[in-house]
Amino acid sequence: MSGSGRHPALDCVHCGFCLPVCPTWLSWGREPDSPRGRIEIARAMLDGAAPSPEMVGHLDSCLGCMACIAACPSGVRYDVVIEEARARVEASGTRTPADAGRRSAIFSLFPHPGRLRVAAFFLWLWRASGLRWLTRASGLVRLFPFLGRLDALAPDLGLAEVTASLPAHTPATGASRGRVALVGGCVQRVFFPGVNAATLRVLSAEGYEVVVPEGQGCCGALSVHAGRDEEARGMTRALVERLEASGADTFLVNAAGCGSHLKDLGHLFAADPAWHDRAVAFSRKVKDVTEFLAAVPARAPRHPLPGKLAYHSPCHLGHAQGVQEPPRALLRAIPGVELVEVPEGDQCCGSAGIYNLVQVEASDELGARKARNVLATGAPFLASANPGCTLQVLRVLREQGASVQAAHPIEILDASIQGRPFPGRRG
Amino acid sequence: MSGRASVTELAGRLSAVVGARNCYTSASELLTYECDGLTHGRTRPDVVVLPGSTEEVAEVVRLARAAGRPIVPRGSGTGLSGGARPVPGSVVVALSRMRRILEVNLEDGWIRVEPGVINLDVTRHVSAAGYYYAPDPSSQSICSIGGNVAFNSGGAHCLKYGFTVNHVLGARVVLHDGRVVDIGGPALDTPGHDLLAALVGSEGMVGIVTEVTLRLLRKPEATRTFFATFPSTDEGGEAVSRIIAAGILPAAIEMMDRLAIVAAKAATGLDWPDVGAALLMDADGPTAEVEDLSARAVQIARDAGALELRLPRNEAERQLMWKGRKSAFAAVGRISPNYMVEDGVIPRSEIAPVLREIESMAKEQGLRVANVFHAGDGNLHPLVLYDAREQGQEERAEQLGGDILRMCVRRGGSITGEHGVGSEKAAYMADMFGPDDLETMKWVRAAFDPDGCFNPGKVFPSSRLCGEKPGPGGVEHPAVRSGEVQRW
Repeated sequence: MSGSGRHPALDCVHCGFCLPVCPTWLSWGREPDSPRGRIEIARAMLDGAAPSPEMVGHLDSCLGCMACIAACPSGVRYDVVIEEARARVEASGTRTPADAGRRSAIFSLFPHPGRLRVAAFFLWLWRASGLRWLTRASGLVRLFPFLGRLDALAPDLGLAEVTASLPAHTPATGASRGRVALVGGCVQRVFFPGVNAATLRVLSAEGYEVVVPEGQGCCGALSVHAGRDEEARGMTRALVERLEASGADTFLVNAAGCGSHLKDLGHLFAADPAWHDRAVAFSRKVKDVTEFLAAVPARAPRHPLPGKLAYHSPCHLGHAQGVQEPPRALLRAIPGVELVEVPEGDQCCGSAGIYNLVQVEASDELGARKARNVLATGAPFLASANPGCTLQVLRVLREQGASVQAAHPIEILDASIQGRPFPGRRG
Repeated sequence: MSGRASVTELAGRLSAVVGARNCYTSASELLTYECDGLTHGRTRPDVVVLPGSTEEVAEVVRLARAAGRPIVPRGSGTGLSGGARPVPGSVVVALSRMRRILEVNLEDGWIRVEPGVINLDVTRHVSAAGYYYAPDPSSQSICSIGGNVAFNSGGAHCLKYGFTVNHVLGARVVLHDGRVVDIGGPALDTPGHDLLAALVGSEGMVGIVTEVTLRLLRKPEATRTFFATFPSTDEGGEAVSRIIAAGILPAAIEMMDRLAIVAAKAATGLDWPDVGAALLMDADGPTAEVEDLSARAVQIARDAGALELRLPRNEAERQLMWKGRKSAFAAVGRISPNYMVEDGVIPRSEIAPVLREIESMAKEQGLRVANVFHAGDGNLHPLVLYDAREQGQEERAEQLGGDILRMCVRRGGSITGEHGVGSEKAAYMADMFGPDDLETMKWVRAAFDPDGCFNPGKVFPSSRLCGEKPGPGGVEHPAVRSGEVQRW
């Protein structure tokens, strides 16, 4: 609900300023696939219309990139509108059994780091054993395109990475400037353990003591963005309890999707008086790791990393959290780095949580556009602060036979502090 | 003409032309096309179709007409007079998929684009080469060139550079029977009747534009902007009059009153003070000239009672000031649950008394009015704030809006400056024009669209629906009666 107590969908004045920033409207030019159109659909549902398959299709086509929120002069909380509309869809049973099955498969895997790790192990085994070649050759992947999609997205992993774990406590290098807790993330932890390791090293080098509370599950971001509110609340409560128990009063996140959710828990618990204030208080202490570091004077010396580096701004960092300058400032401060912007940098790459698994065509269209724009910079290196974006951009580049070396800004910062060359994976 | 075909039959034929994904008949999709930027008053169309080329538009028009359906063209759906509001039983032809830039000729200063191209994208496309497209409606980040042509859109900088009609060189138009004609062209003047002038501002009643050739201008060498605050709109209005009387032609001179300033601040976070009125002025041209003009205008504003003058320190600050002004309409959504955007014109010298009259009229109705306007043109945009949940407020707001427009006419102005008549102001046309004037306009329309199939029910106080008795006012055209012209 908005400040006036009305449903936020009613705040829309139909000016259309959201259209030119919406990736699906830009791709197709169709009103039902624009924020303004989706708000109309949400309004119709609010007035009692049962979600039709067409409505569900248009709500599903939204990436949740939140570019429209930044563009809206009337201050419409589109994030609340879309999440609530999706919750209505999930409650309505409109989805076909196949669609519902695929979604429930995704949600029984991704928000569970334990299961994800087991899956990653099998993925490694499958690839390492040569079975991948066999399944591809036998056409099994074509029979189950969803599996092929997962395989194409997942990065190459070593066994050490699949089984990596984070130290519960990392001391500060030199005199301590404070104590912070780190949110490990699900996909981040399993597929990008290097990002968490780099985060710990950088924070320590900058004089911070870091705790990683054990037993962290998913923060609930994936679920809440897909309208699975009840599931999300359960996950969020569990994570908040773990983090609060660490006694830290700053909670750092290095995955943009998790950060945008954890910073805005008030809405999710609006109807839960027992949790609402606690959730809001927690949200105030959440910061993106780049936001945190850019706000304090650097302590560890930076070594030069000469080269042209393109900056990809993840939607959930730039649009949803409004964190634009901090990661750029950190990277620009590295001697030798020539930071360049990706053309159409405000546009989503098509990864968008589970979007690239369930909206394959639209996601590919946006991915190709993003890849073209990344290549247009001519930079051999790419900084991307969100694991989903990195997987998506690398996959598309790989399929196009092109290549850049992508890393999280914190990995690049880490390399500079450690005096190592540009880090990252190739696409 | 065959009998009216069923929606399903028609949609099947339309889908075969544009593809099933670009043709909507389901209620859950049609509802997103029920209105444009004017949201009070909605009508659900029977079909929405999104063609991708001139040929597809022509075929769509032939099919819709054969099915006896009225056709409502639509661009980005940002119009503020309900010009793209569907009529019952209509086929909405949305042009938002046609947004290719077809040809650029910088040497001769023109660009050829499809109608769905966004106004600002024209400038973006040629900006690096030092050119721009001058008409700049506040919605320029989303409004389409096709919509601009239909409504002869203006904008802050039209004071110096003129409206859309001054910038359209040529157009390709699909007529009521599916024929495609080219009007005008890259040359600056073409002989014969100025059909372009009849097309621009025709509010979708002449045909569907599928290509437009626009003039491009060189970016001015320099632009100087200043922002001045005043205790009230009296002093602000006085400053505008004096600046223009001094022979200064600003590129733009805009005024906002207290409520509009509050809304713009809420939307953009600008640190504008809490004052009765603010002016935003641009002077552009050769550096030496704008330095001089700007300095003189600043002095005049001071003499007229300005409280504070601010000059942007860099382009980013200048853009932010303009963003505050350009988002003012939608920003009012932050200070009121509902509002109506009015659009009237008055002689520039009447600004101060008119604003006082609006204020007292609003008090009588117990409503608030925020004012944003192109002060140089005397083009007012009173925003009537109301709360639709309060019994009777919407009716009172409509009443007040109408009273304001009639007052504009009384003072020698007009019921619209740039938003068009659409469906909202058709009722006020009779306050401005006599029956003969309206009849003449209808003849012009009938010359292009004898059966009135394009956007019926707009502009004219009462209108036939598509397929009704031909001829305006139910009278057959003399040329038809004499047998010179045939209808088919």
